[in-house]
Amino acid sequence: MRLTGFFIFAASVVLLPVLFPDNYFVTVVGIAAGLHVILAVGLNLLMGYAGQISLGHAAFFGMGAYASAILTTRFSWPSLLAMLAGLWVAGTIAWLLARPILRLRGHYLAMATLGFGIIIHVILVQAAHWTGGPDGLGEIPPLNLLGWTVDGDQQWYGVIAAAMLLSIWLSLNIVDSRIGRALRAVRGSEFAAQMMGIDATRAKTQIFVVSALFAACAGSLFAHQQAFVSPDSFSLMISVELVTMVVLGGMASTFGAACGAIALTLLHEGLVVFEDYEMLIHGALLMAVMIFLPQGLFAGVSQGVRRGWALIASRQRHKG
Amino acid sequence: MQNHAAMTNPPPLLAIETLEQSFGGVMALAGISFQTSANRIQAIIGPNGAGKTTLFNVLCGFYQPAAGSLRFNGQELRGLPPHRIAALGIARTFQNLQLFFNMTVLENVMVGCHLRAKTGLLAAALRLSSVRHEEQQLREWASEALELCGLSGQSERLAGALPYGLMKRVEMARALAAKPQLLLLDEPAAGLNDTETMALRDLIMRIRASGVTVLLVEHHMPLVMSVSDRLLVLDYGSVLAEGTPAEIQADPRVIAAYLGGAVQYAV
Ligand SMILES: Nc1ncnc2c1ncn2[C@@H]1O[C@H](COP(=O)(O)OP(=O)(O)O)[C@@H](O)[C@H]1O
Ligand SMILES: [Mg+2]
Repeated sequence: MRLTGFFIFAASVVLLPVLFPDNYFVTVVGIAAGLHVILAVGLNLLMGYAGQISLGHAAFFGMGAYASAILTTRFSWPSLLAMLAGLWVAGTIAWLLARPILRLRGHYLAMATLGFGIIIHVILVQAAHWTGGPDGLGEIPPLNLLGWTVDGDQQWYGVIAAAMLLSIWLSLNIVDSRIGRALRAVRGSEFAAQMMGIDATRAKTQIFVVSALFAACAGSLFAHQQAFVSPDSFSLMISVELVTMVVLGGMASTFGAACGAIALTLLHEGLVVFEDYEMLIHGALLMAVMIFLPQGLFAGVSQGVRRGWALIASRQRHKG
Repeated sequence: MQNHAAMTNPPPLLAIETLEQSFGGVMALAGISFQTSANRIQAIIGPNGAGKTTLFNVLCGFYQPAAGSLRFNGQELRGLPPHRIAALGIARTFQNLQLFFNMTVLENVMVGCHLRAKTGLLAAALRLSSVRHEEQQLREWASEALELCGLSGQSERLAGALPYGLMKRVEMARALAAKPQLLLLDEPAAGLNDTETMALRDLIMRIRASGVTVLLVEHHMPLVMSVSDRLLVLDYGSVLAEGTPAEIQADPRVIAAYLGGAVQYAV
């Protein structure tokens, strides 16, 4: 079955809070992990499938968050409408950026997206009149979904889990379709893909917009769930973290990216005491994965297990 | 008057005029002109570096030529990007394999059907029922192309894991899956053994029989001479000769420049 993996994953997401009700770890960490999964799955469409790196993805995350924060607090917009506005802003900016940016390759693309991320972060800090500056914006009203006000960790876990599963489902559908094959083809050989009639620029632009929309959606949810936003949550460091999640996941599968996001969230939780060394640990982790497990944590580990198994089996044959 | 002339003498499928392409100081194509009518196998031969692959690349819109014109079904191709040229009904294989190594054989060939399908991003993301139907249809079309190229059992293998001979066949299947009017084959027999080359010969004949015009760049002379309707001989980016296989084999300039005095092939 095409969606077997999806259903197993969905079942565990639903079962976790049932098995461990009122567990801080499940709900609070689960919420953070869920948001990270949405971000990583979106970024993976761009990095893993289209082969384009973005070091500025926190910017789109921030656009969604600040659109919701500003529109609901300063203009009293309904939260759902503010979220749609955030999606529109992030999508439009991604679309406008895509042509000039995606024409660049490799390091240049990385530099351009990095620059973009820094610019947005500076704007969030400097445009204090709108954004509240470095102090951020508080008292963001709760998310209201057609009359239902989301309240408390349990309900938030549910909302974010649903959004996360939706993002995974959308990603799986895109990858296994004409559009997804076109993207992978562009990555495999852009020239051959074009000769099959694929408009490579258009394909990359589309997926850049999609990944920005995933990020903006996560941003809106984040703003309402925290009831507070500040520029720190959308810094260069966050963009690097997102890239780390996708790389950890192996840059080749939706579930890889999701697992990378969850693994890194858990790692963070475990390393809270080493907060000062966070950047260092990150860098070391990224380097170690690139050097020792270039196909990502999960493909790498499963391959290691298989090799180990084969080794044991052959030893036993020698004995026998 | 003009109408009458057009009826008795239909426009050629492909008409290339004084085409020029240079790389730095190298004139890869130094003003080439030739025509091909529909439903032919037109071979293009010549020593390495003669400009054969460059001609294909210009034809596909990968390079923009310095001068000249390329008309396909009367439409100028010059200035069009590759994906627009593909949409007019031109497909190709590559001298240096350009497979999508990260995808399965079936997926490679399904990409070949890209232009025959319509699914857009939103429909794909939501997996509407129309998308499911289209996927099924694409799979069938791709399987047909795979079967034609003798790849039926290979569809789930990763393209990058195949032996060289099979990779070349996947490229062929992928190009055929596009249902092109004009198919460009760049050295399809290179690296193949005799049996494989004979199978390739049959395949090319069958492709033509299905109404496709073939431009064949190839060094394997027995294959070229037995399969082509006409030959174009290039040398240093210029046309050295053009004619039927018999005429080309008898042409002293071609023999001197390329075929070599002693070599003769059965037609
Ligand atoms: N991208 C390129 N850059 C520079 N020179 C090229 C390029 N492509 C082809 N050439 C040159 O153009 C000439 C024709 O090459 P090519 O078309 O590949 O020949 P053929 O396919 O007939 O062997 C050669 O001298 C080759 O070195
Ligand atoms: Mg060549």
